Amino acid sequence: MTTLWRSACDLEPLQQRAKLYTIIRQFFNQKAVLEVETPLLCQATGTDPQLDFFSSKYHCPPNDQTMYLQTSPEFAMKRLLASGSGSIFQICKAFRNAESGRLHNPEFSILEWYRVGFDLDQLIDEVIELLVVVLNMSHKTDTVIKVSYAHIFEQVTGLDPLVFCQESYQRYAKDNAIYDAVELCGDDHSLWLDFIFSYQVQPTLIDKAVYIVYGYPAIQSSLARINKDNPATADRFEVFIKGVEIGNGFFELADAKEQESRFDQENKKRQLNGSVLVKKDYLFLDALNAGLPDCSGVAIGLDRLLMIITNKNALNDVIAFPLDRA
Amino acid sequence: MAKYSTNEFKAGLKIMLDADPCAIIENEFIKPGKGQAFNRVRIRNLKTGRVIERTFKSGESVEGADVVDIDIQYLYSDGEFWHFMVPDTFEQYQADKNAVGETVKWLKDQDICTMTLWNDSPLTIAPPNFVELSIADTDPGLKGDTSGGGGKPATLETGAVVRVPLFVQIGEMIRVDTRTGEYVSRVKD
Repeated sequence: MTTLWRSACDLEPLQQRAKLYTIIRQFFNQKAVLEVETPLLCQATGTDPQLDFFSSKYHCPPNDQTMYLQTSPEFAMKRLLASGSGSIFQICKAFRNAESGRLHNPEFSILEWYRVGFDLDQLIDEVIELLVVVLNMSHKTDTVIKVSYAHIFEQVTGLDPLVFCQESYQRYAKDNAIYDAVELCGDDHSLWLDFIFSYQVQPTLIDKAVYIVYGYPAIQSSLARINKDNPATADRFEVFIKGVEIGNGFFELADAKEQESRFDQENKKRQLNGSVLVKKDYLFLDALNAGLPDCSGVAIGLDRLLMIITNKNALNDVIAFPLDRA
Repeated sequence: MAKYSTNEFKAGLKIMLDADPCAIIENEFIKPGKGQAFNRVRIRNLKTGRVIERTFKSGESVEGADVVDIDIQYLYSDGEFWHFMVPDTFEQYQADKNAVGETVKWLKDQDICTMTLWNDSPLTIAPPNFVELSIADTDPGLKGDTSGGGGKPATLETGAVVRVPLFVQIGEMIRVDTRTGEYVSRVKD
């Protein structure tokens, strides 16, 4: 008999998790944000070429139907918003295949919320408000830093992330001994940004308690709107605590046509990578067509947040049954 | 040889890199929430012993290296090759100077070593952690000095030079830790 039947973590993180969820529910309760539930098992999934999903078959004779475990509750929650739910939040599980490591478990917990009528700045303020409570921070400005992607990227590397110059990116990689980047990233601007941000910029985001990085390059817009004043950037932000990526937020794209064309582009990328093509989620696109109210939304990784609250170093220290014990 | 996807990377996995067999020391999965996933890997080149860092795009695969460690008994050297035998099967391997490397100074007949085989050829030899060797040469030292403070160099039967306490004399057997090259104790018959 092995000891794998036992919880991988101590009792304390389990208690802290219960406490964290209580605080979150109180926080949104006070603001009259409605707690909702959406399916984990879905008929469609996202096309994001960087996400690998779990799928299964639902037996409904004569044909089996492919079903997917959600990689995020985003589509279903937006369908609720389009149905007239008003501001909503959800604490749920999400699943991402082939993601495993110190900061990744294929099954993980998400807090996701949407604020109808909020622009990105208002949502960022609310994220900070929540983090101040759960991290038990004193609300001083010096514990939170808001910085634009372009500014922090240039400050650390001297490179302009919004304008791609392969030659200077390559020179930077060589000067900083990240040789693999040159061959690995080639002429793919977005890949260069992922590499340099992960290796060089992110490790510097540790001085202050919380970093909010906003104004991501438009080529990494995902489901965010393009900024109306600076079309080279998207209305997207990320939250980092102690150098760990904790959350991602958007001023939500509501244009069904634009959304569908992003799905198509992502499927093309999937084809190039040799990944499985994904059927577009028409229920989601129909919802956008029917009308998504202007809103901003954000997802926070709860396991990582808990890891930071409890001063642990790995997700396995705060999850009772990570993959190898699941 | 099998191919390994980055999903299968973990410490100890042997892979081919730049035509050399390598062992993964550490594997870190890095992924921006909305971006490309990478595997940042620290790897030891098993030929040279050098440790390097490499990044792979997650999902890539690399060729595995047919590398195994076996326990093997050292027999003798003919000047050009060092000969070893697997005790159970009597199968013999001959290792050249490159494979034996620094280990040569610890090799004593009959000792059980660890041989790393790559495609069934000796790649490296590691000595046992502790060996017992006799002192071939050392200063006689002062009579009556048994304190052991200070110490002196001694040449062992295999050619290795280690620091020993002053009271250790020529012809005596000593126990040495091959990982640090340090004297452990005298061996009494």
